Amino acid sequence: MNRRKFIGQVPLLVSLLGLVEVWSRRLLANIVERTGSIGKRQYGMGIQIEQCIGCARCVVACKAENNVPPEPFFFRTWVERYVIKKDNSVVVQCNQGGAGEIVETVKERDTLRSFFVPKLCNHCKNPPCAQVCPVGATFQTEDGIVLVDDKRCIGCSYCVQACPYGARYIHPVKHTADKCTLCYHRIKKGLLPACVEVCPTQARVFGDINSVASPLVRLKHMKKIHVLKPGLNTEPKVFYTDLDGEVK
Amino acid sequence: MKSNPKDNRKPFDVNEYSNKLFKDGREWMKTMFSKIPDQIRRLLVVLVLLVATVWIVKAFIIPPELKEKGFFRTSAIESELSKPIHYVGNGDCAECHDDVSATKALGYHNGLSCESCHGPGKEHIDDPAEVVLSAPRKRDFCPLCHSYNMSRPTGFPQINPAIHNPLEPCISCHDPHNPEPPEVPHECAACHAQIARTVALSHHVRLECITCHATPEDHKVNPRFVKPSKPTTRQFCAQCHATDCEVKGTPRVDVNQHGERYKCWQCHYPHMPEVNS
Repeated sequence: MNRRKFIGQVPLLVSLLGLVEVWSRRLLANIVERTGSIGKRQYGMGIQIEQCIGCARCVVACKAENNVPPEPFFFRTWVERYVIKKDNSVVVQCNQGGAGEIVETVKERDTLRSFFVPKLCNHCKNPPCAQVCPVGATFQTEDGIVLVDDKRCIGCSYCVQACPYGARYIHPVKHTADKCTLCYHRIKKGLLPACVEVCPTQARVFGDINSVASPLVRLKHMKKIHVLKPGLNTEPKVFYTDLDGEVK
Repeated sequence: MKSNPKDNRKPFDVNEYSNKLFKDGREWMKTMFSKIPDQIRRLLVVLVLLVATVWIVKAFIIPPELKEKGFFRTSAIESELSKPIHYVGNGDCAECHDDVSATKALGYHNGLSCESCHGPGKEHIDDPAEVVLSAPRKRDFCPLCHSYNMSRPTGFPQINPAIHNPLEPCISCHDPHNPEPPEVPHECAACHAQIARTVALSHHVRLECITCHATPEDHKVNPRFVKPSKPTTRQFCAQCHATDCEVKGTPRVDVNQHGERYKCWQCHYPHMPEVNS
């Protein structure tokens, strides 16, 4: 290589170096952003099965707070009643989301055990509903809450199918997907979610998972915690205590 | 003398050159354009119009928030946050209703939110004179939590509405802001009926439950959290059943020889101890 050739290649080299510098800066920024999000707020909910009396005040309050359609089959949260019979068969009842009258189909002497299980959107860390959304209407906020953008949602109900917990429904008026927001408009103002607020027995606990001593962290510390369908690797942020193995 | 061919060359004039090039180019464009068939030219006009429309739509009509890059529309979070609140929380109720709050804080309903029974209170707080919250006075409300249901946790106060003072509104006996604790059972048999029936047929019938189970008073109120004790050692049974004990009329065994590896209740059920074997 002679001098002339070398001088001819200098501009190319300089521009290449510049590109490398820009890329490395972006990569670094990415890493910093990711590691920074570890200490960020991640909201979640704890549900103590042994405290739940199945009064469904949460279901009623959720409907009032979030203007959930009044029809008895649209729910953001609902309470299931499990009856496990002595022959080990399981009866699950959910009349009007738990707010309806309980019809006793199983005699008490045939019952092995029985309990209530409140359910809601699990705000998964790996939400299957967000993965399948073709228009990006379902997304996660930086505090870990899965929200639906009803202006983007086209109502294709892929997400309703994809949710392993059955937490979603298609809003009959807006024709968009709707589900629990963990009362995002309340918790961001420092209030509790409506269902936690009205729970008479404090069966529902709300808090920040990453905090040092939120009520939820204390619950996770003191009790044996289980989540729904852990095998799906959705990493739910709704934690149950005393969850029976029959609960699916 | 040989003439240098370079001298004959006209000096290079930039203006002239560019004029020529421009003129040539224009003429070339003209001829090319006239060569294009008429229908294609019309199509070209349509194409230009289309491009212009798309540009106008993108630049002026689509709202800027939709053009933000990212995984979601950021204003979706704002619209979520701007949703109205209906339930205000106990703290806001206590600001005016401090007397009721003070009563409630001491009673069994202290963990119960005001709005669980009275409904969402935001409108009432905004306009206390106009919007008055209702209070459930009928007999059908309290049983939502307090009617007997086998799925409810043991120890939660439950009644059978059909037989518990029928037709009487709950609030005529119970103050919902300070419900009296349920009348505590005097006898263990009120709750532990099956054990009581078993003991009644056994030789331990004369013993009181508290002989073996030290029972704190709070167990009657909070049966699931305050629990009675149970005997833990062989020496406990030996107080009555050892060969050298002072109690009369009890079967005696040599505590050191009799089944020494086991606790007494691994073979003998204390509520129904067998006598003949």
